[in-house]
Amino acid sequence: MSSTPDTPQGGFRLSMLLNDTRYRSYTFQFIALVAIIAAMAFIGGNLVRNLAAAGLNISYDFLGQQSGYDINQRPIEYTSQSTHGRAALVGLLNTLIVAFLACVTATIIGVVAGVLRLSPNWLVRKIMSFYVEIFRNVPVLIWILIIFSILINATPAPRAFKGADPQASMWLWDSVAVTNRGVFMPSPVWNEGSMMVIGVFLASIVGIFMFRRYAKAQLFNHGRLISTFWPSFGLFFVPAILAQIVLGNPIGLEYPELKGFNFKGGFTIRGSLIALWLALAVYTGAFIAENVRAGILAISKGQTEAAAALGLRPKRIMSLVVLPQALRVIIPPLISQYLNITKNSSLAIAVGYMDLTGTLGGITLLQTGRAIEAVLLLMLFYLVISLSISFLMNIYNNSMTLKER
Amino acid sequence: MSDTNAQSVAFVRNSEIPASPPPLGETGPVKWMRENLFSGWVNSVMTVIAFLLIARFIMGVFPWFWNGVWDASSIKDCRNIMADAGTAGSACFAVLVDRWDHLLFGFKYPATEYWRPTLAFVLLVVCAMPALFAMYLPRKLLIATALYPFVAYWLIWGGSLWVPVVILGLLAVTAAIYLFIEGLSVSLRQAVAGIVGALSGIGLGYLLYLGAQELWFISGNVSAGEGIVSTVAGFVFMIAAIFTYAFFIPMGIFVGYAIYNSYEDGGLVTIVTTLFSLYALMVYGLGPISAAINSVVPIELEAVASRDMGGYMLCMILGTVCVSLSIPLGVVLALGRQSNMPLIKGVCVVFIEFIRGVPLITLLFVANVMLAYFFPPESSIDLILRVIIMITAFSAAYIAEVIRGGLAALPKGQYEAADSLGLNYTQATRLIILPQALKISIPGIVNVAVGLFKDTTLVSVISMFDIVGMIRGPIQQSTDWISIYWEVYLFAAAVFFVVCYSISQYSQWLERQLQTGHR
Repeated sequence: MSSTPDTPQGGFRLSMLLNDTRYRSYTFQFIALVAIIAAMAFIGGNLVRNLAAAGLNISYDFLGQQSGYDINQRPIEYTSQSTHGRAALVGLLNTLIVAFLACVTATIIGVVAGVLRLSPNWLVRKIMSFYVEIFRNVPVLIWILIIFSILINATPAPRAFKGADPQASMWLWDSVAVTNRGVFMPSPVWNEGSMMVIGVFLASIVGIFMFRRYAKAQLFNHGRLISTFWPSFGLFFVPAILAQIVLGNPIGLEYPELKGFNFKGGFTIRGSLIALWLALAVYTGAFIAENVRAGILAISKGQTEAAAALGLRPKRIMSLVVLPQALRVIIPPLISQYLNITKNSSLAIAVGYMDLTGTLGGITLLQTGRAIEAVLLLMLFYLVISLSISFLMNIYNNSMTLKER
Repeated sequence: MSDTNAQSVAFVRNSEIPASPPPLGETGPVKWMRENLFSGWVNSVMTVIAFLLIARFIMGVFPWFWNGVWDASSIKDCRNIMADAGTAGSACFAVLVDRWDHLLFGFKYPATEYWRPTLAFVLLVVCAMPALFAMYLPRKLLIATALYPFVAYWLIWGGSLWVPVVILGLLAVTAAIYLFIEGLSVSLRQAVAGIVGALSGIGLGYLLYLGAQELWFISGNVSAGEGIVSTVAGFVFMIAAIFTYAFFIPMGIFVGYAIYNSYEDGGLVTIVTTLFSLYALMVYGLGPISAAINSVVPIELEAVASRDMGGYMLCMILGTVCVSLSIPLGVVLALGRQSNMPLIKGVCVVFIEFIRGVPLITLLFVANVMLAYFFPPESSIDLILRVIIMITAFSAAYIAEVIRGGLAALPKGQYEAADSLGLNYTQATRLIILPQALKISIPGIVNVAVGLFKDTTLVSVISMFDIVGMIRGPIQQSTDWISIYWEVYLFAAAVFFVVCYSISQYSQWLERQLQTGHR
C-alpha cells in the first residue's frame, strides 16, 4: 500500500486548476466572475440601447418636480403642489403607519387565537382552528378586497347622517361617524397648558415604572408581595385627568361635523386604510396563532408540572414559566411575520390607499414615465425597511435567547 | 379455589356482581360535554358565548345562502326575483352561473376550447399522483408525470402536436448523444474533445470579446450622464471592460484546454457536447422538423396566445410552473449560500436577501415595466413569461432559505461521514446531504408553495386577468353585475381554500410517512 503524498510532485501545471482542490475553487469563482460580467454586459447593453431607442435617460430629477396629484390620507403636510419626492415620503409614512397598526393588531389577535386553540373548551378550539385554516388558505388580496367591499357597501354614506331624522347616527355621543368614505373621529386641539397635562402624564408613566421597581425590590429583598396592577392602572389615568380638570380642559377635541355632503373637521381614517389594516391583521394573525401554538407546545410538559409542583397557580404558570420560554420559540417566526405584513402592505394599491407603492410605484410612475427609476427606488425603500426591521428584531431576539455558557 | 372458599367461608360471594352501568354523568355525550364544554365556570361562559356566536353566524348566513338565486341574467333581475319571493338581500349566485367560464378561464380563451384546460387540470391531478404517492404506486408511472408538461403545454397553448413530440424526440436524441460520447473509447473521445474544446474555446473567446466591446460601449454611454452615480457606474463598467479585454484570449484557451483535458474521464466534454447538440437541435431542428411532420400528418389544436390566458386557470398555470421551476433553483441557491467560495456565496446571499426584502408586487412591476428593457429590442418576451421569471425568482429565494434551514439542521457527522467514504462534493450532496435536507424541509417548501399559489392573485395588480382580475374588471364593472362582491369573492376564496388546504393536508400526511423516528 503506497500512500499518496499530500502535495503533488513537480511544479504547477495548468490541469491543477481543474483537478486540484486547492486551486479548483479559484477557477470556479473566476468563471463565475466572468459569467457575472457577461450578464452585466448583456443586460447593460440592452438597457442602454433600449433607452436610447425610446429616447429616455436615467434621471432622478422627477423627484424634485411638482407632483400635481392629491393624496387623501396624509400624515404630513402635502398638497398637489408638492414634489414627487414629498409624495414618496408621504407614501413611505403611510406604509409604515399601516404596517405598524397591522403588526400590533395581528400580534394581539394571533396570541389570543393561539392560546385559545389550546383551550380545554372543544367549541372554542374548533372555532379557532376554523379561523386559522380559513384565513391561512385564502389569498390576502381577496381578504383585503372583501373587507374593503364590506366597508364600502355596508356602511352608510355621509349624507345618511343628514336631516332631522337621519338614517344613520354617529357613535359614542355623536363623536365618531362610520361612513363609506372613512371613519371620522374627533381630533385633539392643543390649547394653552396642554404641555402641562402631557408632562403630568409622562411623569405618571415614569412613576409607574418606579413603583414597579419598588414592588419588585420589596418582593426580592423582603418577600412582600405588593399588587401592582391596580396602582399602575390608577397612576396611568388619574393624575393626567386631574391635571386636565384642574387646568380647565386645555386639551380640547375638535368634533367632525357634517357640512354639505361630507364630514369636515376632526380626524379621518380612510376606508382603504381600515380595510388594509384589518385584512392584514386578521390574515397574519392566523399565521401568528400557529406560531404561538407551536411555541407553547414546544415547552415540555415537565416545565408546567414542575411549576405546579412548586405550588404556582395556572395563571402564574402561564405568565412566569411557559410564556417566557415559549417566547424564544415564537419570536423568530414573529419577526418574519412582521416583515410579511410590511411587504403585504404594498397590496394597498388594490384598494387605493396611498402607500409607497401607490404613490411612487403608482401615480408618480405613470405620470412621469420614469419606470426604471421609480421601481428601483421603490425596491430600495422596501429593502431598507425590511432590513432595518429584521435588524432591530434580531437585536431583541438576541437579548431574549438563552444565555448559555 | 372459589369453590373451596365458598364452602369454607359462608359470607364470601361465589358469583360476581353484574357490572352496573356507569352513572349517567360519567358516560357518553354528557361526560364528553362536561369535560370539554362545561369543565369550569370560565369554560361554561366561553361555551355559551361561542355557541351564541355560531348561532348568530348561521342564522345570518344560512338564509342568505339557502335563498340564493341561481338563475338570473343580471343583478337587477336577481333583485326582482328576490323581491318577488320576499327574500330580499339573499345571495345572487346567478353571477357564478352566468360568468362561470370567465371566472375559470378568463374572457379571451376561445369558448369552444374550454375542454382543453379542463382536461389539462384533470391530467395534472392524475399525473401528479405517481410523484405524490411514490411509495404506493409503481415507479414506472412516473413516466406519466415526466410527460405531463409536454401534454399540458400542448393542451393549453395549442398549436401543432408535433412541437412537443419533436421536443421530446430531440431530448431523446440528445440523451443518445450523451450516452454515445460516454461510450466512446478514450482515443476517439480525445479527438472529439480536441474538436469540441477548440470550437468552444474560440467561440467563448469571441463572445467575451463582443462582451468587452459591449461593456466599453456601456461605460462610455453611462459616464456621459450627469451626477456621481453615472460617473461611478461608468467607471465600474470600464473596469469590467478592461478586465474582459485582458482575459478573453486566456479564458478561451483555458476553457478549450479544460474541455480537451477532460477526455479521460469524460465529464466536461460530454456535458459540453450534449449541451451544444441540444442547443443546435432545438434552434435549428425543432421548427423545420415539426413543420415538416405537421404538413404530412397535421394534428393541430387552435393556438391560444399567452395573453389570452385568464381566470383561475392563470393562477393554476403560474402556480404549478413557478413552483416546479423554483424548487431546483432554490436547491442551487441554498447550496451556493452554503458554499465556501466567497464570490459564489456572496452572489447567492445578495440575490436571496434582495428578493426576500422586497414585496412581490415590486417584482411584478419589474416584470411589467422594466424587464423588457433588459432584453434585446427585437426579442418580444410576452408578459406571462416575464411574470413567470420574476415569480420563480421570488419563490426560489424563499425555498432556498427553507432548504438552507434543512441543510443547517443536518448533523455535521453526515457531511464528515460522506467525506470519509471518499465521496466527492457532487456525490455527497446528491446521495447523502440533499435527501435528508429535503426531507426536513418538506413542510417549509409546502408552506412556500401554498404562499406562492396564493400570491399568484397579485398579478391582477399589473392588469392581468386572473380570477381576482376577472372579478374586479370584467365582472364588477359590467352593467349586468355591477358592484357584486360577496358571491364572487367567496367563490374565489373557496377555490383557493380547496387547493391550499388539500396541499397542506397532503404535506402533513407526507411528513408522517417520511418520519423515520429520528432526524
